Amino acid sequence: MRFSLTELAQTITPAATRPELLRNFCIIAHIDHGKSTLADRMLQLTGVVDERTMRAQYLDRMDIERERGITIKSQAVRMPWQVGGTAYALNMIDTPGHVDFTYEVSRSLAACEGAVLLVDAAQGIEAQTLANLYLALENDLMVIPVLNKIDLPAAQPDRFAEELAGLVGGSPDDVLRVSGKTGEGVRELLDHIVDLVPNPTGNPDAAARAIIFDSVYDTYRGVITYVRVKDGHLSPRERIMMMSTGATHELLEIGVISPEPIPTRGLGVGEVGYLITGVKEVRQSRVGDTVTNATKPAKEALGGYRDPRPMVFSGLFPMDGSDYPDLRDALDKLKLNDAALVYEPETSAALGFGFRCGFLGLLHLEIVRERLEREFGLDLISTSPNVEYSVTLEDRTVVDVTNPSEFPSGKVAEIREPMVRATILAPSEFIGAIMELCQDRRGSLLGMDYLSAERVELRYTLPLAEIVFDFFDQLKSRTRGYASLDYEEAGDAPSDLVKVDILLNHETVDAFSAIVHKDKAYAYGVEMTGKLRKLIPRQQFEVPIQAAIGSRVIARESIRALRKDMLAKCYGGDITRKRKLLEKQKEGKKRMKAIGRVEVPQEAFIAALTSEAPTGKK
Amino acid sequence: MSPALPEGERVPDGGPLAGLAAGGGAVLPPFGVYLHVPFCRVRCGYCDFNTYTAGELGGGADQAGYAATAVAEIRLAAAALTTAELPARPAATVFVGGGTPTLLPATDLLAMLGAVRAEWGLAPGAEVTTEANPDTVDEASLEQLAAGGITRLSLGMQSAVPHVLATLDRTHTPANVGRAVAAARAVGLDVSLDLIYGTPGESVADWRRSLEAALDLAPDHVSAYALGIEEGTRMGAQVRRGELPPTDPDDQAEKYEIADSALASAGLPWYEISNWARPGHQSRHNLGYWRGADWWGIGPGAHSHVRGTRFWNVKHPRAHAALVRAGRLPAAGREVLNPEERAFERLMLGVRLAEGVPVRGRARDLLPGLITRGLVEAAPAEHGRVVLTRHGRLLADAVTHELAG
Repeated sequence: MRFSLTELAQTITPAATRPELLRNFCIIAHIDHGKSTLADRMLQLTGVVDERTMRAQYLDRMDIERERGITIKSQAVRMPWQVGGTAYALNMIDTPGHVDFTYEVSRSLAACEGAVLLVDAAQGIEAQTLANLYLALENDLMVIPVLNKIDLPAAQPDRFAEELAGLVGGSPDDVLRVSGKTGEGVRELLDHIVDLVPNPTGNPDAAARAIIFDSVYDTYRGVITYVRVKDGHLSPRERIMMMSTGATHELLEIGVISPEPIPTRGLGVGEVGYLITGVKEVRQSRVGDTVTNATKPAKEALGGYRDPRPMVFSGLFPMDGSDYPDLRDALDKLKLNDAALVYEPETSAALGFGFRCGFLGLLHLEIVRERLEREFGLDLISTSPNVEYSVTLEDRTVVDVTNPSEFPSGKVAEIREPMVRATILAPSEFIGAIMELCQDRRGSLLGMDYLSAERVELRYTLPLAEIVFDFFDQLKSRTRGYASLDYEEAGDAPSDLVKVDILLNHETVDAFSAIVHKDKAYAYGVEMTGKLRKLIPRQQFEVPIQAAIGSRVIARESIRALRKDMLAKCYGGDITRKRKLLEKQKEGKKRMKAIGRVEVPQEAFIAALTSEAPTGKK
Repeated sequence: MSPALPEGERVPDGGPLAGLAAGGGAVLPPFGVYLHVPFCRVRCGYCDFNTYTAGELGGGADQAGYAATAVAEIRLAAAALTTAELPARPAATVFVGGGTPTLLPATDLLAMLGAVRAEWGLAPGAEVTTEANPDTVDEASLEQLAAGGITRLSLGMQSAVPHVLATLDRTHTPANVGRAVAAARAVGLDVSLDLIYGTPGESVADWRRSLEAALDLAPDHVSAYALGIEEGTRMGAQVRRGELPPTDPDDQAEKYEIADSALASAGLPWYEISNWARPGHQSRHNLGYWRGADWWGIGPGAHSHVRGTRFWNVKHPRAHAALVRAGRLPAAGREVLNPEERAFERLMLGVRLAEGVPVRGRARDLLPGLITRGLVEAAPAEHGRVVLTRHGRLLADAVTHELAG
């Protein structure tokens, strides 16, 4: 028998959809492997978005995401799809695609029963995708391998189908082939999702438990929290409780996204949707936390929750000191939407007033910095990123150091540094180059596997500090862009580290102090002093630049005294230009920072701190 | 005149003097006239002046017609001063510069000077200088110039060392400098020699040789300039391409000190950072620039200064000639200095002079520190006058910045 469309639609009304008719899935893909385009196509085919209102890459809302082609914040869209006369509700949960957001990915996966493993048919699987695939498999998700971009001339679907089959299990024939661009194969994929992804299960009569897999600040609505209900039911206007903190809030609104928010009578077992409680900061509604009824709370949280932990630290300073209050306001605003961002005021003799900020990783740092500059119009200097060291003094005091200038001066018994387990995927011809790089960065090889005859997976333990500088750039350049990298925290380890100070005219320049491995201290000192000698203009007196470990000088340069600055000729026609030149110099002097008696242009600090930050390597 | 004109305001419809208060103060500064001659036989590799070779011009701006254009501009200038009801006074100094003024026949130069005399008059004992290339003057032409009222000859000697002259693209024969000096002396002209130091490839010994050669000619006055290689010159391009090393400020500082010692012991003490003279033989015209006198500049790209208003002419000789033919002053832009800018210029220019510049208030409080650092002479500082030491002269910009605050 056939249902009318309206009758069919009624069977999947939000808050009243039987779990058997629900399918919750995510798409695991590398940055540029076409996830957003495929999602667009799904939204169109399921009628959620029509051609006319289709914005390219609908799910990537923020400009930065769109420009970088990556998805920072995941969202969930509910799409109807009919198979064999039955209407289903498909919840597509978008996952962030970068190494810094592994934890968020894991929470997105925890909200799904299935995952589409999407791989570019011209490029094959990348390290982060592989890492996320392993995460999905650990979470017992049904993985549907799919090759995308089969319309590309460079596509090698047969080769990569074999690779995927090897990774997921099954035969290469099971690997679907689609083109998000042309739409080819996308209907079949939607059918597969219905057929293969298990429907959610849960106890409708138990106390409500819903996992938060995303939390976004909205200027008009406050925090919008994305949840997946495991047990029970959440209803509008009831009081809910965050299980990690015990904080309770009133549910002002609850609903589903399709693709705009639609308020509903609630969310039942297996359903995915959003909550609005009126809280103003995402950290009051944290990813991974469990939401329950305040009046009838669940006994146990769903598990897997973890406080976001900053791994990489950097000082952010306004170029113009008078922008400091603006920077503080901007950080306060960003914090509303970023539970992982931490910061505290920092004062630097070289750079003035600013903030020491903690980030999940380098991309997170870059995104925050870029948003501060773009959305808040700030010009910033950021100091070289560093990690957190645990320093044990001989009197057994332990000091956590997130800022090299705070490195304790007492006798040090041990320094521990954070380590990561890194996975690198690359064509096998680059094994030598990668090994050389990892060895140079104090890595130890854990293992190596061939994914296919031409592609290899290398696993290393590396100090995080060695990755946060330019490891990824180096890896890319040594492998002609073919290698991909993923890493996860792997505890800490003792290490032979020293703090190298840079002294300008015998005064320490705090912004340039660095904690480096003993073997690299000399190279760091030579490089930094040499760099500063070129960047700092000559003064009226000779200026020594030294690199020192404690009181021991390990490298030395000298800026000779300026002997002549006068203009030889200054006749009638030169006067106006000369005056304007001096006025311009005077403006420039205002932006000089004085380190003792030495005047250093802001540009010199920036140049010394940016892109080519010394790594102790030539 | 350097090639790029400054950024200024548009010249008002009433001309560059529009808006200046009419009438005169109690004491008027001296009035000078600068006559620019924008022609050279060849263009030197370091030169960024507003000058052209014969082949580059034409279209009503050739050498033959230039004197007539300048004369017409002098008449327009005099009329403008009268219209502005600014007190006219005879020119105390006239300076004919270039380019190479002596590329024009002596009669042309004298015609221009004649116009100055006719419009403004020449003050008794007026200093009338012309620049010259040693190759372009001889006894006859110098005699004619002296008879016509020229009192001073400024010769572009630059160096006595052939390889240095070659790097500078100077074509004159070193021996001609001596002949020109002798000829000038014979007709009673004061003689000044221009020298350039710090040319790439010039050794310290080379520089000493040039200084000795210059002093052997017993000049009344020497100007010595550190070579500056500017963008847009042939040497600038050579440096950019790596064919020529850039100038070295340390080398130039050393050569400055050598020059200052040598010239002073030969009886020519410094009176401006780059100028040395026998007592009584300073260039009064140039002193006017540094002391804030009034002057009117005639010719393409020439700058003028009248009572705190600076203005400058259009740069290209063709545009210049066309405007003058149309009966308009060829001013391209101007700036009216505010009191702070005037004070800053007084300081910036005054510290260049051996006579120094008085300072007050905060700046005066800084003098002890500047004396300790060896930048400022102690004795005049006691009376609040800043006179730079040799070390201070080399760092004149830094001292200016410090005193200006």
